[in-house]
Amino acid sequence: MTRVAELPAGVADKVLLAQSTFRSVMDAMARPGTVQGIPAAAGAPAGVMRGTAAIALTLFDHDTPLWLDPLMSEASDVVKWLKFHTGAPVIADPSICSFALIGDARSLPGLDRFAFGSNEYPDRSTTVILQVESLTQGPTLELRGPGIDGTAVLQAAIQPADLFERLAINATLFPRGIDVVLVADNAIVAIPRTTRLVAKGD
Amino acid sequence: MNAPAYNFAYLDEQTKRMIRRAILKAIAIPGYQVPFASREMPMPYGWGTGGVQVTAAILGPNDVLKVIDQGSDDTTNAISIRKFFAKTAGVATTTATADATVIQTRHRIPEAPLHGGQVLVYQVPIPEPLRFLEPRETETRRMHALGEYGLIHVKLYEDIARFGHIATSYAYPVKVNARYVMDPSPTPKFDNPKMDNCPALQLFGAGREKRIYAIPPHTSVLSLDFEDHPFTRYRFDAPCALCGAEDSYLDEIVTDDRGGRMFVCSDTDYCETRQSSGHRGSENAAPHKERAHG
Repeated sequence: MTRVAELPAGVADKVLLAQSTFRSVMDAMARPGTVQGIPAAAGAPAGVMRGTAAIALTLFDHDTPLWLDPLMSEASDVVKWLKFHTGAPVIADPSICSFALIGDARSLPGLDRFAFGSNEYPDRSTTVILQVESLTQGPTLELRGPGIDGTAVLQAAIQPADLFERLAINATLFPRGIDVVLVADNAIVAIPRTTRLVAKGD
Repeated sequence: MNAPAYNFAYLDEQTKRMIRRAILKAIAIPGYQVPFASREMPMPYGWGTGGVQVTAAILGPNDVLKVIDQGSDDTTNAISIRKFFAKTAGVATTTATADATVIQTRHRIPEAPLHGGQVLVYQVPIPEPLRFLEPRETETRRMHALGEYGLIHVKLYEDIARFGHIATSYAYPVKVNARYVMDPSPTPKFDNPKMDNCPALQLFGAGREKRIYAIPPHTSVLSLDFEDHPFTRYRFDAPCALCGAEDSYLDEIVTDDRGGRMFVCSDTDYCETRQSSGHRGSENAAPHKERAHG
């Protein structure tokens, strides 16, 4: 049995960490493709990036069923840390989860296994939090959509490499769809369901 | 026991998380009304409980807050909400539009152009643009799901049939990102064009009706109209009596019981900024002097 003392800490000031993290996520969602920093440091178990941990402490609670990829769900420290600090139920069925945490891109299931919401309630959909290698270096991605003045250029090393091809279903499904938050250490980029890939470079 | 202690920005953290998740989905689906579990606030419905909850969920200690009521920083509603957050969050407040990072508004968009670092929070009484045409929530929800907005065009057409022009002058319906028809809250339609391609994030909170919706920055917001009856703004055909502005939205002030009236800027910050830089209107050729009417 793990005692509380053995778990990595959450944060010292929950209220202000949650506020500053939320503003970063809100700015990221409102300006897709821009890289936002998560300033506050949160303790995190191995395999969970600082940014992911801060988002978890900010947005997860008993109302948000959580789906973890096999890498995370098999790491008992991750599950215990999430359950202790957020109280979010960890579930096995991705089709009813509010958030999905993906640490290993290879285990990202087909997006149609997540919740898209309904046409009447498109907000009842999964937000996928995907940990990636880098949000400053790598191939360029040109994006457009609400929140972007013209086009935005994102340089990022993202696995799976065909993420944006997979996200093309968002155009067909709208207003249903999947919103994605990419995390690399303490940097985040949001790709809401309205964002479209214009061009892909090297 | 000590004096009652509030959490930062009044709301408890569980409530903030719920509102924050609703805000994120609202931004991801521009113009769609996200239901949320609106809380009772220490003010009555109709006084901005929705806007206050949205502001409380986003506000941080480094924010500078401005609150306006019909463009004015000086009315009871604006002052009480500003004081509420000064007390419960300790944030700096301002009346200058350019200095604010969060602006909570009841039914106006400031005249000064907004910039990218700002969030505009609207207080919304009735978020559903179709509500007076179709009272059933199940039906309006289905109409939004199907993008079936014929009814609202019929309403605008009936305006033309009856008055010869689209007589709707506030809460003028808009289409956001070519998908959802949205109520811009009862702002005068003069302000509608400011919503289109706005660099600031716009958030809408309806407390009694328990809905949050949003317009991300740089998003198309189109006022509904017809090819032969295009959308037009409306303002009284007069300069502001205090600052002489020809481009601002005006309030009509009745000055006596013999039909005397004057028109002044509804945006008090805009008007005062202009006056302090030397602009004068007909009523104050010399600054700060009273003038007898009659």
